[in-house]
Amino acid sequence: MSIGLTSAAYIAAAILFILSLGGLSGQESAKRAVWYGIVGMALAVGATVFGPGVGHYVIIAVMVIAGAVAGAYVAKKVEMTEMPQLVAALHSFVGLAAVFIGLNAQFELGSVVAVKEQGGNLETLAGFAAVLAHKMPVEILILKVEVFLGIFIGAVTFTGSVVAFGKLAGKIDGKPAKLPGGHAINAATIVASLVLLVIYFNAPAGSAVWTLLLMTLIAGFLGWHLIMGIGGADMPVVVSMLNSYSGWAAAAIGFTLGNDLLIVTGALVGSSGAILSYIMCRAMNRSFISVILGGFGGTTGPAQEIAGEMIAIDADGVAAALNDADSVIIVPGYGMAVAQAQGSVSELTRKLRARGKEVRFAIHPVAGRLPGHMNVLLAEAKVPYDIVLEMDEINEDFPSTDVAIVIGSNDIVNPAAQEDPNSPIAGMPVLEVWKAKQVFVSKRGQGTGYSGIENPLFYKDNTRMFYGDAKKSLDALLPLIE
Amino acid sequence: MKIGAPREIFEGEARVAMTPDSALQLQKLGHHCVIETGAGMKAGFSDEAYAAAGVEVLPSAEALFEAADIVVKVRGPERSEAERLRRGQTLISFFWPAQNAELLELCKEKGATVVAMDMVPRISRAQKMDALSSMANIAGYRAVIEAGNNFGRFFTGQVTAAGKVPPAKVLVVGAGVAGLAAIGTATSLGAITYAFDVRPEVAEQIESMGAEFVFLEFEEAQDGAATGGYAAPSSPEFREKQLAKFRELAPEMDIVITTALIPGRPAPKLWTEDMVSAMKRGSVIVDLASERGGNCDLTVPDQKIVTPNGVTVVGYTDFPSRMAAQASTLYSTNIRHMLTDLTPKKDGVIHHNMEDDVIRGATVTHDGAITFPPPPPKVAAIAAAKPREKVKEPTPEEKRAAEIAAFRKQTVSQVAMLAVGTALLLFVGMYAPPSFMAHFIVFALACFVGFQVIWNVSHSLHTPLMAVTNAISGIVILGALLQIGSGNFLVVLLAAISVLIATINIVGGFLVTRRMLAMFQKS
Repeated sequence: MSIGLTSAAYIAAAILFILSLGGLSGQESAKRAVWYGIVGMALAVGATVFGPGVGHYVIIAVMVIAGAVAGAYVAKKVEMTEMPQLVAALHSFVGLAAVFIGLNAQFELGSVVAVKEQGGNLETLAGFAAVLAHKMPVEILILKVEVFLGIFIGAVTFTGSVVAFGKLAGKIDGKPAKLPGGHAINAATIVASLVLLVIYFNAPAGSAVWTLLLMTLIAGFLGWHLIMGIGGADMPVVVSMLNSYSGWAAAAIGFTLGNDLLIVTGALVGSSGAILSYIMCRAMNRSFISVILGGFGGTTGPAQEIAGEMIAIDADGVAAALNDADSVIIVPGYGMAVAQAQGSVSELTRKLRARGKEVRFAIHPVAGRLPGHMNVLLAEAKVPYDIVLEMDEINEDFPSTDVAIVIGSNDIVNPAAQEDPNSPIAGMPVLEVWKAKQVFVSKRGQGTGYSGIENPLFYKDNTRMFYGDAKKSLDALLPLIE
Repeated sequence: MKIGAPREIFEGEARVAMTPDSALQLQKLGHHCVIETGAGMKAGFSDEAYAAAGVEVLPSAEALFEAADIVVKVRGPERSEAERLRRGQTLISFFWPAQNAELLELCKEKGATVVAMDMVPRISRAQKMDALSSMANIAGYRAVIEAGNNFGRFFTGQVTAAGKVPPAKVLVVGAGVAGLAAIGTATSLGAITYAFDVRPEVAEQIESMGAEFVFLEFEEAQDGAATGGYAAPSSPEFREKQLAKFRELAPEMDIVITTALIPGRPAPKLWTEDMVSAMKRGSVIVDLASERGGNCDLTVPDQKIVTPNGVTVVGYTDFPSRMAAQASTLYSTNIRHMLTDLTPKKDGVIHHNMEDDVIRGATVTHDGAITFPPPPPKVAAIAAAKPREKVKEPTPEEKRAAEIAAFRKQTVSQVAMLAVGTALLLFVGMYAPPSFMAHFIVFALACFVGFQVIWNVSHSLHTPLMAVTNAISGIVILGALLQIGSGNFLVVLLAAISVLIATINIVGGFLVTRRMLAMFQKS
C-alpha cells in the first residue's frame, strides 16, 4: 500500500473517530457511532499493517489475535458494576504501550546513530529506524523532547491507572494515603524529571538511555503516589483525568513517530478526558488542582450544628408512603452499585410505574465512581433511559414530588452545601431531595459520607432513615407495593 | 409494662389516647396494652378492633387503673381519676401544670409520675411527640371547615353560567401550627388568604403555604426564637399599629380565623368589637383562642353566636375532639413516640431518664416530688432567624451595564489568551522545523474539534464515552506496528507487547461500549 493510500485511510479513520465521539450525543445515534469507531480503527490498523515500513507479520498476527481474544473475553465477562475498574485497567495498557513505544524510539535512534558513526549504509536500516535516519539534527532534538514527554505521561498514566484500578476494585484501600512529605515528594519528582530531561537533551543522540529509564521509574512513582493520595469518591475525576493522559500520551507518541492519525486521535481522547474531568470538578464545586492534591479543602469556620435526630423507618412505612405517592424520584449513588441493588431498583420502578405513578431518577454528575456510572447500571437493569434525568433537569421538580428515595448516596444530597457557608462542600451543586414532601434514605448505617461531613438531610423532619443493605431493604419493600 | 387507656370522662371529649394501630406499635416495644371498654367508641374504634389488635379490654375505669402501670389519657385527669393513681404508676396526658397546681400536688402525694404532653419541649427531636402541634394542626383545619359551614358562599371564585362568584377572603391571625394549617386548608379550598403574625420570621412559612403575609412596618421586630418559637406580648405601640391594620382589613374579610396565643397568659384581644361591626353581613369569625378568653371581644367560649350585624362568631373549644378519629390517631402516635423514648431498649421496661431533655421537660412529678417547672433545655428550640437580606432589584440600565461589563471582561480575557497562545506558537515556530509545525497544526485543530464534539455528549453516556475513547486510544497500536519491523530484537519485543495490549484495549473497549449501548432502552 502506498503512502498516499495510507494517508487517505488515516484521514477517513480520523473523520470516523470524530463522528464516533460526536454520535454519543444521544442514545440512539450512539449505537451507530460505535460502528464508526470500529470501522475507523480497522481502517487505521489495516492501512498501517499493509503500509510501508512494517515487517514481522507473523508476530503481528499472533499478538493481534491473542489481544483480540483477551479483549473480547474481558468485554463479555465484565459486570457493569466493575466498569470503573475495567476503564482504569484499559488506561494503564495505553500508558504502558506509550512507555514501550517511546523507549523503542530511543533504541532505534541509538542504532541509527551507531550505523552513522560506523559510516554504514543507512539503507540497510529497517522500519522506524529508516525514517529516523533521514531526520535533521533539529528534528532529532525535538524528537528527544517528544520521546521524553511520551514516556513521562505514559508512565504516570500506567502506574496511576494501576492504582486507580486497585482502588476501584477494592484491592487497595480507597482512603487517601500519602507518604510523609506529600506534595513535596510529587514536586521533587517533577523537578528530578526536568533535570533528567536537560541531561538527556544535551547528551548525544542515542545515548543516555539511563536518564530515560530512571525517568520512567520516577514518573511511575509519581503516578502511583498521586493517585494513592486521592480518595474513593474523587475517582470520577481521577479516571477521566487518566483517560485524558492516555490521550496525550498517544499524541506525544504520534509526534515522535510523525504519525498524524495518532496525533489527532490522541488529541481527541485527551480533550475528551479533560472535559469530563472539568465537568466532574464543576459538579463538586472544586478546582481540578484541589482534587488532584486530594482531600477536601479546609473549612472556614465551625460547621452548623444539626438539631434533631435520625428517625428510622421499616419497609412497611416506606411501602405505605410509596403506595400513597403519585410522583417518586429515586436518587441512586455508589451505595446502590456496591449493594448490586440496581435490579431491585428497576423492579421497584416497574411496579410503581405499573400502578400509574410517575417514577423518575435523578443522577448527580459525580454519583458513582465513573462519569455516567449510574446511567449504565440503571440501563443494565432495564430502567428506560428517558426517565433517568440529570441534576439540572430534575432539581426544580423536587418540591412537587411526593417521595424521594435516596439509595446509597450521601454528599450529593447534602443540604449543607447550600445552607452552611462553612461546610467544606459549600457551594457544591446538590440534588435538593429535602424539598420533596417525604424523603427516604436507604443507608447501611449512621456514618458520614466520603467527605466525612455530617448530612443534615438525615435529620430533617421529612426524612426517614431506611437502614440496611440497599438490596435487602428494597427486596423487603417489593412485595409490600400493591 | 402494662399500658392502659381509660375512657375520657370529660364532658364531650371524644378522643382516645390509644388506637388499635398505636397498640400494635406499643406491643412491638415489648409492652402489654389494656383499654377500658368503650374508650374508643366515640372516635370510631370498637372494642373488637382493640381486641383484634391484641389489646385486653377491661370492663371499668377502676379495673384499668388497677391493671395499668402506665395510664395514657388525652385530657388531664379529673380529681376522681387522680385519686386512683398509685405509687410507681405513670400517667401520660395533657396536664397544664401551671394552671393545675392543686392537681399536681395531689399526683405528687399519690407518688405517681406524671408526664405532661403539653410540656414536651419544642426542640426538633421532640417534634414527633409534640401533641400540642398535632392537635393545633387539626384545630386549624377544623376551624376553616367550621367557618365554611357557617359561611353562605363558596370559598373559591367561579365564573358559572348562573353568574360570577367572587372568591372568599380569609384572614388568619397568628401563624403558629394551627394558623398555618388553617392557611393551608383555606387556600386549598380556593380562598384568597391573608395571614398576620407578630413574628416576622414566619413570613416565609406563611408564603410557602400560599397566603399573603400582612406586612406591618415596625422597627422593633420580635425574635420568636428567643421564646421557644412562641409569641411574646408586644409593646403598646406595636399593638396599636397592629389593630389599625386589622381595622383597615376588617371590611374586606369574609372569614377571620384567630389563633393568637401567648404561653401562660390570657389570649390577646386582637379583633375588637368595632372591627366585628365593620365586617360584612354573613361573615364568620372562628376564634381558636376561645378557651383562653378569645382573641375576639365577642367570643363566647363553647358557643356560636350571631352578632346584630349578622357576623357569626364561633367560639368552640373542642375542635380536635370534633375530629376524634383523626385526633386520636395523631395523639396516640405522639404518645407512642413518647413511650418509645421511655423504652430505649424496646424490651418493655420503662427507663425514666431524667437526663434526657425531652423526658425531663415533660415530667412534672416523679418519685414523689414535683419536678415542674423544668430547667431550660440544653438545645435551643429553633435556630435564630437570620435577617433577610434585601436583594436590590437592578434597574434595566444597571443590568445592561453589567452585561456589557461582563461581555467586555470576557472579550478581554479571550483576546489575552489568544495573544498569549499566538506568542507561544510564534516562539515555537521560530525554532521548530517545518515538519514539527505541520504536525502541530494537526494537533491544535484536533484539540479544538475534540472540545467541540465532546461538549455535546449526553451526560448519561459518559461511561460509554470513556469506554470508546479507551478503545480509540488503543490507536497507539499504530506506533507499535511502525516499530515492529525493526532489526533490533529488544525493539521488536517491546513493540510486540505493545501490539498485544493495545489490541486488548481496542477490542475490549469497542465491545464493552457496544454492550453498554445495547442496554439503553426507551420506555
